[in-house]
Amino acid sequence: MSDAIRRSDLLEGWRRRAGANEAERRAHEEEERRLAELRKKIARDGPKLKGAKLEARLMRSWERPRGIVGWLATVDHKEIGRRYIVTALVFLALGGLLAVLMRLQLSRPDNNLIGAARFNELFTMHGTTMMFLFAVPVMEGVAVYIIPLMLGTRSTAFPRLNAFSYFMYLFGGLLLWGAFALNIAPDVGWFAYTPLSGPQFSPGKRSDIWAQMVTFTEVSALSAAVVLVTTILKCRAPGMTLARMPLFAWAMLVVGVMIIFSMPSVALASSMLISDRLVGTHFFNQWEHGDALLWQHLFWFFGHPEVYIIFLPATGFVSVICETFCRRPVFGYPVVVLALVSTGILAFGLWVHHMFATGLPRVGYSFYTAASMTVAIPTGLQIFCWLATMWDGRPRFQVPMLYVVGFIVTFVIGGLTGVIIASVPLDLQLHDTYFIVAHFHYVLIGGAVFPLLGILTYWFPKITGRMMSEGLGKITFWMIFLGFQLAFFPMHIAGLSGMPRRVYTYPAGLGLELPNLLSSIGGLVVATAVLLFVINGVVSLYRGAVAPDNPWDAASLEWAARSPPPPYNFAHIPVVASRTPLWDEKGELPVVTGLRVDDKEMLTTTVVAATPEMREPLPAASLWPLIAALATAVLFISSIFSPWAVAVGAVPVAIALIAWFWPKEIKREPEPVIT
Amino acid sequence: MIREPRFTDDLSDLPTHKFGPSSLTWWGIIGFMLIEGAAFALAFAAYFFLMGHEQGWPPEGRQAPNVLAGTLFTLLILLSEIPNTIVKEAARKADVPTVRAVMPMIVAIGAVLLIIRVFEFNSLNVRWTDDAYGSIIWALLVLHTTHILTDWIDTIVLWLLMRTRLAYEGRRLVDVDENALYWRYVWLTWIPVYLMIYWVPRL
Repeated sequence: MSDAIRRSDLLEGWRRRAGANEAERRAHEEEERRLAELRKKIARDGPKLKGAKLEARLMRSWERPRGIVGWLATVDHKEIGRRYIVTALVFLALGGLLAVLMRLQLSRPDNNLIGAARFNELFTMHGTTMMFLFAVPVMEGVAVYIIPLMLGTRSTAFPRLNAFSYFMYLFGGLLLWGAFALNIAPDVGWFAYTPLSGPQFSPGKRSDIWAQMVTFTEVSALSAAVVLVTTILKCRAPGMTLARMPLFAWAMLVVGVMIIFSMPSVALASSMLISDRLVGTHFFNQWEHGDALLWQHLFWFFGHPEVYIIFLPATGFVSVICETFCRRPVFGYPVVVLALVSTGILAFGLWVHHMFATGLPRVGYSFYTAASMTVAIPTGLQIFCWLATMWDGRPRFQVPMLYVVGFIVTFVIGGLTGVIIASVPLDLQLHDTYFIVAHFHYVLIGGAVFPLLGILTYWFPKITGRMMSEGLGKITFWMIFLGFQLAFFPMHIAGLSGMPRRVYTYPAGLGLELPNLLSSIGGLVVATAVLLFVINGVVSLYRGAVAPDNPWDAASLEWAARSPPPPYNFAHIPVVASRTPLWDEKGELPVVTGLRVDDKEMLTTTVVAATPEMREPLPAASLWPLIAALATAVLFISSIFSPWAVAVGAVPVAIALIAWFWPKEIKREPEPVIT
Repeated sequence: MIREPRFTDDLSDLPTHKFGPSSLTWWGIIGFMLIEGAAFALAFAAYFFLMGHEQGWPPEGRQAPNVLAGTLFTLLILLSEIPNTIVKEAARKADVPTVRAVMPMIVAIGAVLLIIRVFEFNSLNVRWTDDAYGSIIWALLVLHTTHILTDWIDTIVLWLLMRTRLAYEGRRLVDVDENALYWRYVWLTWIPVYLMIYWVPRL
C-alpha cells in the first residue's frame, strides 16, 4: 500500500517542496565518509589502551561536573541508588518512630498519651511511609545501584529517567511528611478505603494529600521499573545468557514486570478518588450508582502484588548471601527462577483475599482461598532450595548469613499464619484483628527487612570501600531478631483474644495488658537495634576497616569492579561463561574491548543469549530530569486544589520534557589516540 | 578493574543505532505501552464492574452517546495509519525527504482529531457529575485524549527536529520509527474505547 502511494506524483511533489534538499544530503554523506575515516583512529579501550592510562581517560569522559549543580544533575546509577537507599532509610526511621509512639500509647490499657484522632494519623502515616516510601523504594534503590555492576555494564538504561524517578519519589515523600508537619496528614489508613476517604466523610485535604503522594510514588516506581527491566534484558555482559543471570537480577526482572502491571491500578484508583473529591465524579459514591468496593478491588489489585514486589527482591538478596556464604551456587537454580516467575504470576490472583469480609460469591471464596494457598508452594520451594544450599555448602555465619537464618525462621512463621488465614471462616474471625498485624509484620519485616539489613551489610564494602563492624553487627542482629519476636509474637495472642486493629486504646481486664506490654518492650528493643545498625554504618563509613577487593570471596561481577566503583564501573566490559564467573575464572578476567573512551558508551546485548549488539551512547549529566520532576510536582500538588492546575501545570512539564529529550549532536570529531 | 584483563573480542565495529527490539528506547516504549495498557484495562474493568450493578446500560433515563463524531474520529484515526506507515518505513530506509514531507500531514491529522474530540465530549449526552455511568464514560474519553495529545506534541517536536540537520542522525530516525510505533498503540487502544463508549450502551 505504502509503495503505491509513494510512487504517486502528489507525494513526489511534496517531497521536493518539503526540503528534499539534495545538496544538504550529499554534504552530509561526504562528511560521514570523512568522519568514518577519522573514526578508525578513535580512542578505544584495548591492549594498547589499558590500565591507569585508560582509567584516567575514562574518568574524564564519565565524571560529572563538580559542585552543587553537578550533584543535582548526576545520572550515575550509583549516586542515584545511594540516594534512594539513604532516603528510604530515613523514611524507615521516621516510620519506625511513629511505630514507637503507637506502642507507647498501647503499652497499657486506657492510656491517654495520644488521642484517637492523632492515633489515626499515626497508623496511616506509619503504613503509608513503610509501604510507599520505604519498602518499594529501598528495593529499587539497591537494584539501581547494584544491578548494572552485577550484570557487568557501565550504567543503567535511560540514566536520566532514573534520576527523574528518584526526584519524584523524594517529592512524594516530602509532600506526605510536609503535610504531617503542617498537621494535615492523612488519617484514613494506608489503604484509604472509600467511602471514608471520599468527599462525604473526609472533608479537607488530608485524603487528597494521601492520593497525590501515591501518584508521585507510582510515577517514580514505574519509571524505575522500566529502567530496571530494560537494563536487565538488554545491558548484560556478553555471554551472560538468561540462564546464567544472577538470581537477584531474575528477582528484579520479575518485580519490574509486576510493578508495570500492578501499579497502574492504584494510580488509576487514586486519580478516581481525587476526581470524586475535586470535580464531583461518582466512581465510589453508592448514592449515585458508584461502588465503594470498586476502590477495594482496584486498590488490592495493586496492593497484593505490592507485597511480592517487596518480598521478591528480598529473596534475591537471600540467594546472593546464601551463595557467597555457603561457598556453592544456589541449589536448584531453575527451580528458584521458576518459583520467582510463578510467584509473580500468582500474586495477581490473590487480591480478593483482602476482601473476604466484604461478602463475595461462593465460587469467589473458593477460588481465592485456593490461589492464596497455592502461592505458598513456590515460596516453599525457594526456602527448600536455600536450605539445601546450606546443607550441601559450608556456611560461614557472618552477619549477612545470620540475617538469612533469621529471615527463614521468621518468614516461615509468617507464611504459615498466612496459609491458615487464607481459609475464609478463620479469616472472617480474625479479619481486622492484631493477628493480621502480627502476620504481615512477620512476612514483611521477617521476609524483607531482615534480608535487606543482611544485604546492606554485605554490599556496604562495595558502596563505601569499608567493612561494617562484625561484632556490633552480631549484637544488632540478635537484638533485632529477638526484639522482633518479642514485639510481634504476642500480637497473635492479642488478636486471638479479639483486639481489633487501628484502635487507639483498649479497656483493662480483657487479658490484653500483657501481650501489649510485651509488644511495646519488643518494639523499643527493635528501635534500639536499628539505631545501632545506623551507628555501625556511620562509624564504619569513616573508621571501618578498608575493604579488600572481594571481601566475602563472592562469585558475581559486582566484585570485579573496584570498591567503591568508579563512574564507568568497569574499564573493560567483562565476558561471562558461567553463573559464578569470579569463582570459575581463575587469574585473568576475559573482557571485550572497543567501546569509545572519549565519550560515554555502553554495550547492549541480545535478550536471551547476550551476544553483543550495539554500542549505546549515553547521555551526559543534566538538570532537566530535576526540572521536569519539579514541574510535575507543582502540577500534582496544585491539582489538589483546582482541576485547572492540570491544564496550566502541564505546560511547564511539557517544556521540561521537550528540553530533556532534545538531542545533542553526537560528538562527531573523534579525539586522536595519544599513544 | 581489579583483575588483569584477558582480551577476547573487539567490538568497535558494532553500530550505534538499530531499529526495533535492538534499540533500548524500543523497550522503554513497550514498557510504557504496557503501563498505560494496564491502566486502560483496569479502567475497562471498572466500566464493566459499574455496568454490572445496573438494570440497563446506559442507566434508565439516560441516552446513549451520539455516534457521529466518534465514528468520524474512528475513521480518521484508522486512515492516519497510512501516512504513519509511510513515515515509519521511510525512517527505516533513512529516506529523510519522505519523512520530512509526510510528518506535517500526521501533525495536521492529529490537530483534526483533537478538534473532533471536542465534539465527541459534547455528544456524550451525560456529564461526569451526573452519575457513575457518566463518570466512567468521561474517564475513558479523557484517558484516551491524553494519549492523542501527548503523541501529537511529541510528533510536532520530532517533526521540527527532522527539519534540522539532525534528521540524518541514525538515532533520530529510530525515534521517528518508534514514535510511529506508539501511534499504532494509540489507535489500537481507541478501538475498544470506541466500542465501550458508543456501542456497548446500544447493545
